[in-house]
Amino acid sequence: MFRNQYDTDVTTWSPAGRLFQVEYAMEAVKQGAAAVGLRSTSHVVLATVNKAASDLSSHQRKVFKIDDHIGVAIAGLTADGRVLSRYLRNECINHSFVYESPLPVSRLVVRLADKAQVCTQRSWKRPFGVGLLVAGLDETGAHLYYNCPSGNYFEYQAFAIGSRSQAAKTFMERRFEAFNGYSRDELIKDALFAIKETLQGEKLTSSICTVAVVGIDEPFHMLDQKIIQEVIDSIEIKEDDAAAATAAADQAPMQEEDKSSEAAPMDI
Amino acid sequence: MAIRGNWMYENNGGTCVAIAGADYCVIAADTRLSVGYSIYTRDYSKICKLADKCVMASSGFQGDLKALQKNLAAKHLIYQHQHNKQMSCPAMAQLLSNTLYYKRFFPYYTFNILGGLDSDGKGCVFTYDAVGSYERVGYSAHGTGAGLIIPVLDNQLKSPSPLLLPAKDAVTPLSEMEAVDLVKDVFASATERDIYTGDKVEILVINASGIRQELMELRKD
Repeated sequence: MFRNQYDTDVTTWSPAGRLFQVEYAMEAVKQGAAAVGLRSTSHVVLATVNKAASDLSSHQRKVFKIDDHIGVAIAGLTADGRVLSRYLRNECINHSFVYESPLPVSRLVVRLADKAQVCTQRSWKRPFGVGLLVAGLDETGAHLYYNCPSGNYFEYQAFAIGSRSQAAKTFMERRFEAFNGYSRDELIKDALFAIKETLQGEKLTSSICTVAVVGIDEPFHMLDQKIIQEVIDSIEIKEDDAAAATAAADQAPMQEEDKSSEAAPMDI
Repeated sequence: MAIRGNWMYENNGGTCVAIAGADYCVIAADTRLSVGYSIYTRDYSKICKLADKCVMASSGFQGDLKALQKNLAAKHLIYQHQHNKQMSCPAMAQLLSNTLYYKRFFPYYTFNILGGLDSDGKGCVFTYDAVGSYERVGYSAHGTGAGLIIPVLDNQLKSPSPLLLPAKDAVTPLSEMEAVDLVKDVFASATERDIYTGDKVEILVINASGIRQELMELRKD
């Protein structure tokens, strides 16, 4: 995308029928650190890569608990994400207060999408520069949604956003049909695997990632660093065994990434 | 039914008591809900757990109590999101006071007692009037049976008198078991003479290991 005369204002259409400011906002999401979400029939798992600005600083918070049954992972401008999380929390609290029951996930994402849409149609505002993976459980089951700065939202079996998310999407594309039958632990393992794909060779440790789970009879919560490290270690042991058994097997996952650039089921 | 005077409110009767000990807190309330000379239900809880170590009991108008409990629960949730921890009992005490005074000119018709453990693990009891004036005390009672109960607590708890100045830390030297037995005794006594108190008493004990609940039967007449 290059600068042109139609991209100054969010309220200016281009001759091709595009709103460039909105598309630039979606670019901001692509630049953020990766976040992935996976769903089975009973659980939803979110995992994010936490980049620290420097060795001296603490890691960015990218996963927020919205209510006992809903949590979000963000990619992009974390400040915008924080503000939206506060809005989502308020909506859940208000709904519970009036109706004495948890806000259904689909209703929450619609409100969030409408809020994002407002910012695409006011000359004195700018679109939110953050994409949200909304994971939640309600009467209708487990759900994973992706909310876009454009005001669009989609439901997914599994999705990844942020930088190098294509690697994670490719990994999940091969396996997503089985996710509905996965156990909670298998889901967590695959989430960490997907995060590992986005790191492209960097070492995966529990200090640079956050994993959160929500499930039937399991309120949304973030997993302890120790538990995450144990899962990572078990992944690594399996990989070392595979490498020892057949040297070629290691090469296969890396090669498949290049072949997957055609439109995949999960691409918008 | 002729409704004179407080037509916006109703007094549902009942009594609640709280006692603070060195490392525990006992909160109790009967479970009878009445209007006039009738009993609406024998099985209504006037106690609400607001936080891990903080429990509120109130007598008065139960409709306002339900609304007040929901209000505080929502505010507590917001606090937890912002501070990543539960509210302490003294913090909740201030919040309750502010919430009550917010409706100074159309009050919650509730007479509240807040009980729990403070940040040092010591028992604390806060007692309120309807518009939020509150004080930390060693023990308290509110409701239709309070007048029958407080003199007995004054006599039996062996705490320094709350009326002394300078205000002394008034937690009772009694053990947890003794305090619970005393609460059962005072409720049984109040039930004898107060028509609005009876059916069952719900007793909650908060200590370092958590919250324990007991139900004791009372006279049903």
